[in-house]
Amino acid sequence: MLDRRSVLLLLPLILAGCAGWQSVLDPEGPRADLLANLFWVFTAIVAAVWLMTMAVLVLALLRRRAARADPLVLEPEAERSMARAVGAAAALTAAIVVALTLVSYGAQRALFDSHEAELTLLVKGHQWWWEVTYEDAQPSRSFTTANEIHVPVGEPVLLKLRSSDVIHSFWVPSLAGKMDLIPGRENLLIIEATREGVYRGQCAEFCGWQHAHMAMTVVAHSAEDFERWRESQISAAKPPDNPVRKRGMEIFLTRPCVMCHQIRGTPAAGRVAPDLTHFGSRLHLAAGTLANNRGNLAAWIIDPQGIKPGAHMPLVKLGAEEIEPLVSYLEGLR
Amino acid sequence: MKHLLSIAAALAVLAACEREDREFRPSPVATEGEASITLSSISPGVVGLGTPRDIGKAYEENAYHLSEGKRLFNWFNCKGCHANGGGGSGPALMDDSWIYGGEFQNIAQTIREGRPNGMPSFRGKIPDEQIMQIAAYVRSMERQVHQDAAPSRDDDLMPRPSEHRLPTSPPVAGGTVPPSGQAPQ
Repeated sequence: MLDRRSVLLLLPLILAGCAGWQSVLDPEGPRADLLANLFWVFTAIVAAVWLMTMAVLVLALLRRRAARADPLVLEPEAERSMARAVGAAAALTAAIVVALTLVSYGAQRALFDSHEAELTLLVKGHQWWWEVTYEDAQPSRSFTTANEIHVPVGEPVLLKLRSSDVIHSFWVPSLAGKMDLIPGRENLLIIEATREGVYRGQCAEFCGWQHAHMAMTVVAHSAEDFERWRESQISAAKPPDNPVRKRGMEIFLTRPCVMCHQIRGTPAAGRVAPDLTHFGSRLHLAAGTLANNRGNLAAWIIDPQGIKPGAHMPLVKLGAEEIEPLVSYLEGLR
Repeated sequence: MKHLLSIAAALAVLAACEREDREFRPSPVATEGEASITLSSISPGVVGLGTPRDIGKAYEENAYHLSEGKRLFNWFNCKGCHANGGGGSGPALMDDSWIYGGEFQNIAQTIREGRPNGMPSFRGKIPDEQIMQIAAYVRSMERQVHQDAAPSRDDDLMPRPSEHRLPTSPPVAGGTVPPSGQAPQ
């Protein structure tokens, strides 16, 4: 059993969860700031109201009057003062509720004031990963990636949210509030980062078996770095530069991988699984489930259903000597 | 008596705890090779006694496998030729006429090995488990599976109600001629 002291010791641990790369209370963008401010205003006022109520209650208990001879006899003077106190408390409650409503309304107006942005992304939710298409007026400069969104710092980015199967919800707590992805319609959300860094997001609407493993990463760069990244992503995959990778490409193209995945610059053109054209440049794999490194990638290819049961990546029976070249090829897709 | 009844009712409720198994993960060992499913009465070789039909039963009676088959039918563009079962440049799959046999193992073999004049072979391209899921779904289009297991969800425009809403049709040896085939051409 926990005694009171150990509960007190545990409290700071819980509060430590309020900072980091995925936290509403650690805002890194103007829209997240608005929400965090709203949270603190509400918390402060509600805490003050609670303290006042408790103080009055304690006072009332301490000042208990002696029992009267006849409880039915009214004391007009005391009745009047009680009516005044209750009336004042009711008026104050109404004023606070109205004020909080106005504060919330003001914040929401600022949140949804415009849906104008230079950069437009089409984000499509799938069970259980995110498809991200960078739109451009020139079709040849539009490209698709998965589970990782790169944005320039200090610039609002418009996300057009769609879903291919069930309802998902896009939530990067450090940058913006939640917005649902609903099949058959398009919702709009603006995200903006004020500081360079990596922010984690998570699907926030239960969407099936692997909902918890449907995360995405937002990487905020300086404008120049972002342009460099965009140029590299627009280009098709470079042909493999050594015999092992060449063998890996052959394996990729002759095995079931090719039925679902796309690698621009090769005949692999499946459209139902993440685009792997620049897979090697991503930080994570399997929608934020694992860090993108050699060991994890091999484990994911050998046994996806052991890592993410129910995911749509099937168990592909590869020979032991086929794993190494395949992993090496995918790693080289930068 | 009353107590006995309530105990019986409680036991009946417990029966609802049994849930259909969803088999996500076939054996991870590399076993790609000659599948037993390819050997049926219309291919050369010895038919393994009992096995192919039993495998088919396991897939046809499982709602998860059937709905996965429906998803893969779309994903792998089977509907590019067979439409949503109604047929296009490929034969219709929802009627009961079959060129290469309408048994589970015939359909699985058709997908795995391909057939002349258009049906490509998906051997090595679609894992065996998925081929069997698709074959089971094709059987559900022809209403050869239990209605309570057949897929109930349509994600896009379909020319007919979902598979589970159609009455089962008893198989006719050799198939029947659809109304469209009876009209003078």
